[in-house]
Amino acid sequence: MISEVTPAPGETARPRVKDLIRMAAEVRLQIVRSMGPGKFHHFGGSLSETDLMVALYHYKLRLRPEDPTWPDRDRFILSKGHSVPAQDVCMARLGFFPLDDLGGLKTLGSPLQGHPDMRKTRGLEANTGSLGMGLSVSNGLALAARARGLDYRVFVMMGDGELMEGQVWEAAMTAGHYRLDHVTAIIDRNGLLTSGRTEDRKGLEPLADKWRAFRWNVLEIDGHDMAAICDALDTATGTPGKPTVIIASTVKARGVPFLENQASSHNAMITPEQYEEAVRILQANLTALENS
Amino acid sequence: MVTLRGTRDGYGDALVELGKSNDRIAVLDADLSRSTRSFDFGSLFPERFVEMGIAEQDMVSTAAGLCLGGFIPFANSFAIFIVGRAFDQTRQQIALAKLNVKLAGSSAGLTQGPDGATHQSVIDVSLMRSLPNMTVIVPSDAEEARLATIAAAEYVGPVYLRLSRYDTPVWREPGRPFAVGEAEVRRPGRDITIASTGVLYGKVLEAVDILASEGIEAEVLNVHTVKPIDAAAIIASASRTGAILTFEEHSIIGGLGSAVAEVLAEGRCNVPFRRMGVLDTFGESGTAEQLLELHGLTPARIVETACELIAAK
Repeated sequence: MISEVTPAPGETARPRVKDLIRMAAEVRLQIVRSMGPGKFHHFGGSLSETDLMVALYHYKLRLRPEDPTWPDRDRFILSKGHSVPAQDVCMARLGFFPLDDLGGLKTLGSPLQGHPDMRKTRGLEANTGSLGMGLSVSNGLALAARARGLDYRVFVMMGDGELMEGQVWEAAMTAGHYRLDHVTAIIDRNGLLTSGRTEDRKGLEPLADKWRAFRWNVLEIDGHDMAAICDALDTATGTPGKPTVIIASTVKARGVPFLENQASSHNAMITPEQYEEAVRILQANLTALENS
Repeated sequence: MVTLRGTRDGYGDALVELGKSNDRIAVLDADLSRSTRSFDFGSLFPERFVEMGIAEQDMVSTAAGLCLGGFIPFANSFAIFIVGRAFDQTRQQIALAKLNVKLAGSSAGLTQGPDGATHQSVIDVSLMRSLPNMTVIVPSDAEEARLATIAAAEYVGPVYLRLSRYDTPVWREPGRPFAVGEAEVRRPGRDITIASTGVLYGKVLEAVDILASEGIEAEVLNVHTVKPIDAAAIIASASRTGAILTFEEHSIIGGLGSAVAEVLAEGRCNVPFRRMGVLDTFGESGTAEQLLELHGLTPARIVETACELIAAK
């Protein structure tokens, strides 16, 4: 387990774990602010994946926000497209588009759509939303890199409920067969579907064994432990010969107690009073981290 | 001896040509490369050929990824599978994203034959035509398919090529250029327009000869591109002849017939009109010729329909 993130040779210094934890607190606050009260938004998945998203965008991915089509950039596909608000915030923070755009989330004419649209949002790599397709796209990107001799890495985040889509397992078989070690899949295992617990509705376990059976390297972590996330991402890209999946245990709507760990927070509307409460809690958490 | 070939054969030839001339062409198949004719490309360019196994949804999304990684991918399967089974993948990741991916649906239509209704795609043009940004091309013979495939590679954007295993002579005149979106007056006439798409073109020619023997001059319009539809050519021809029928081995709902009906109605081209095709039903097992007979897709029925329309002028 790493305590401090040290840059690899030739790379610029990357944030320390402590800084990433603070950034995640900022991002959670920005997510809730971009969603606001009185509208339905995907709070649950956006907040459960936040630490993973921050580790990807602020630690792991090789990107040039000023040049979003840089050929050697790492690719990230958010297969669970409904939780794009967390990605939007991270991308805005990096300068892919103005932070002010976050206020237009899901409104008419906004570059920030309800689900990822690569033709509307600068820096998105693919269209997702209809679930189960992102891993296949990632495999295609990795196959293209292999055929062209490029060295970029491909990261894809999926929801655990999404794993009920059959195409995920077609793609898992493809990546295993072709030994796509440039593909890293991250599963936001918050345990909840819209309709209830995954294990009650249609059980996924033994999940790690399923991926192993499909010839994947499997890492299991706490998806809110920033050091563990960074460590797992580095382990994944350092494992040759097979793709790696990181099964990250998370809490749906993490950070907003009255929404946490509830299926109903998947797509929820909060009142102005709840909104103020959520902002107050997230701000207090951030302030505590800044003062620590 | 006239060589008989299917449009899939022209497609396979074009893939090999393209593979040699353009190192960004990649091909994906789903365990049908012998039938879809992508096998030769796979043998010659194994580093750019991806066997996806029997997984059409994965194939279409992987093609999107290959495109995003810099390739011009051609993904093949039987028409019914690549269109039907992978429709949502095509919608979200290729049409909506305007990706430069080419989808080829082979063994389309009733002429698929003995495998029966489960494998006979009579709805693929309808589905693909409904997708924004999608171009739909239905070649009528092997040479046209070869030209269409090369044109599809040159065109930037999503293309669906509807292909067939139905062997026919090459009708296309040597040297006739192929342009996406341009309907072709193959034979001029003054009494009725027969607009057809796809491999039943020979049935149309037979019908035209019968009509000619009865003193009726039919104009033959080869509408190889069903989307975007060449509205100007259709209106011009129908206005000139005063009657029009459409002919295809596809449902009359959503295929060429529907496209032409839309053009005529909105273009205020009020001439006698009939759609010939599969009448909102599924196919069944049989030989191609038996099925075409059963569904009324014969020269005799074209002649009959043409005469009715001319009488209704």
